[in-house]
Amino acid sequence: MTNMAEDLKAPDLEDGVPSRGGAISPEDRRRSQRKMSTREQKKRTTDVVIYGVLVVLVVALMVPFIWMLSSSLKENNQVLTVPIQWIPSEFVWSNYTDIWTRIPMMGYLQNSLYLAVIITCLQVLTGSLAAYGFSKVRFPGRDVLFLAYIGTIAVPWQAYMVPQYIMMQQLGLTNSFNALILLQAFGAFGVFLMRQYYMTIPDELCEAARIDGLSEYGIWARVILPLSKPALASLALLTFVNTWNDYMGPFIYLTSNRLWTVQLGLRSFVGQFDAEYAMIMTGSVISVIPILLIFLVGQRYFIQGIATSGMKG
Amino acid sequence: MTAETLKRAPAVHSRGNRKQARRNTLIGWTFILPNFLGFLAFTLIPVLAAFALSFMEWTSFSAPRWVGLANFQRMVQSDTFWVALRNTVLYALGHVPLTMALALVLALLLNRKLKGIGFFRVAIFFPYITSLVAVAVVWNMLFSPDSGPINQFLHAVGIANAPGWTSSSDWAMPAVIITSVWRDMGYYMILYLAGLQAIPTELYEAAEVDGASPWQRFWNVTLPSLRPTTFFVVVMLTVSSFKVFDLIVVMTNGGPGRATTVLSQLIYQEGIGEGKFGYSSAISLVLFVIVLTVTVLQFKLQQRRER
Repeated sequence: MTNMAEDLKAPDLEDGVPSRGGAISPEDRRRSQRKMSTREQKKRTTDVVIYGVLVVLVVALMVPFIWMLSSSLKENNQVLTVPIQWIPSEFVWSNYTDIWTRIPMMGYLQNSLYLAVIITCLQVLTGSLAAYGFSKVRFPGRDVLFLAYIGTIAVPWQAYMVPQYIMMQQLGLTNSFNALILLQAFGAFGVFLMRQYYMTIPDELCEAARIDGLSEYGIWARVILPLSKPALASLALLTFVNTWNDYMGPFIYLTSNRLWTVQLGLRSFVGQFDAEYAMIMTGSVISVIPILLIFLVGQRYFIQGIATSGMKG
Repeated sequence: MTAETLKRAPAVHSRGNRKQARRNTLIGWTFILPNFLGFLAFTLIPVLAAFALSFMEWTSFSAPRWVGLANFQRMVQSDTFWVALRNTVLYALGHVPLTMALALVLALLLNRKLKGIGFFRVAIFFPYITSLVAVAVVWNMLFSPDSGPINQFLHAVGIANAPGWTSSSDWAMPAVIITSVWRDMGYYMILYLAGLQAIPTELYEAAEVDGASPWQRFWNVTLPSLRPTTFFVVVMLTVSSFKVFDLIVVMTNGGPGRATTVLSQLIYQEGIGEGKFGYSSAISLVLFVIVLTVTVLQFKLQQRRER
């Protein structure tokens, strides 16, 4: 960590992984200070060029979002015009008030939220419990069992969605939230992610707690859980966003309109009123806003979660 | 007497051990059980059932019956299966190299200490967690053939007959690939950034002392050091390409015609749409075998390179 203040301002990977290499190191900086001018000047010009490139690049990559936001504030016939209007000639704020009555948007949002919260809580709880069993308790058959978990991560979900569907049909759970909760709350990914993190916590800590007379459940609750807050946050955020954005699960299982999630509601709106371009964009913006808010709060954990699960995979 | 204690001691010891082991097993299982029950019932059993089902005739109207390889015979004679397989492979051939190259370029650009670099990283990553329906809907409009922004841009740079994108059977797949590359590259950029930051600075310093140009440093230090990351990225990308499903369902729904129908979609249509459980499981098995083969092949390649 070369510069703490900068790291706090611009959260990035460097907490999750060793921060050597690539970027400018302290040695580099010292050397360039000694040599002064030419080198420093050269570096400053490169910085400016790189900033320029990055700004152009990011703006180009953000065009779909910019266009979505701008279109959401237009009349329908203003959306696909030649030439493109990047800024609406007249801001139609009423799109954002009308959408709630055009489609049951509030109900969709509530359904999405309900599913995402329940699934996230169950996944985090059962995942961290199981991860403790897999990493801190030694018993015969443990590693074979863990291999079974890992093995199913490699099997594409689409390959077993039909048996899952038959099972849910037999249980009479199709067209209910319970089907989705049961299918998504016990994922192997959560166990895997948490176990990767628990493996980095030294066993000596648990050993010391054991000698102090804590039971295994006590160690999990009082030693491991507090230490694994970043991993818990990563898992919770990733699960929440995945559930919120999931399309196929609700598409397969939820048939009645009152159970639909934001994704299904939006898709059906597009199907029914495909010429209401502006309102469709309004709905899209509304469906993205919760994710944007969560992401802004927890971006550090998202990126760390991905970097950890990625590196060890 | 001493002999006796000596003889007895290990026995006591091992009885204690066994008791401890039994206690540990019990404790271990109580931790794992809440997750394992759900995992067993809704993942492990369905996975195993998918294998068995592919050798059975079972529809929503008939009882399951063992039919051996009949489903597979029907599959290889089905035109739609081959179309879907071809489309899936085409998608992978476009999606894997493009996403990988762009993710690497972005990671190289963003792997430096500049003020506000975090903002750029976050902005590029954001499409990956944006809801898929919103992404598909926006890109569908951007791709709109007559007055969509993309074709307006192409006209402006002098391309007279711009493609019809999602309304043309030749251009629907490229449109889907462009959208998915845009969506996924931020994710793989993060993986590459992690890989880049794990390269020891000493390697670059040594190369500089030896007078290596930036290009040579990239070619001889960065790329070889990134090999494990690249390996992982390729495996993940290939597997996810063969699983492509929701983006296609929302963007083109397999159309126009069968131009973008992929394997996952076929499994859904046959299995859940039409209730042909056995037949759809045979297609599932093909999908699984492809994914497994690709993964194992890449593991083998990686191992050989390391040696």
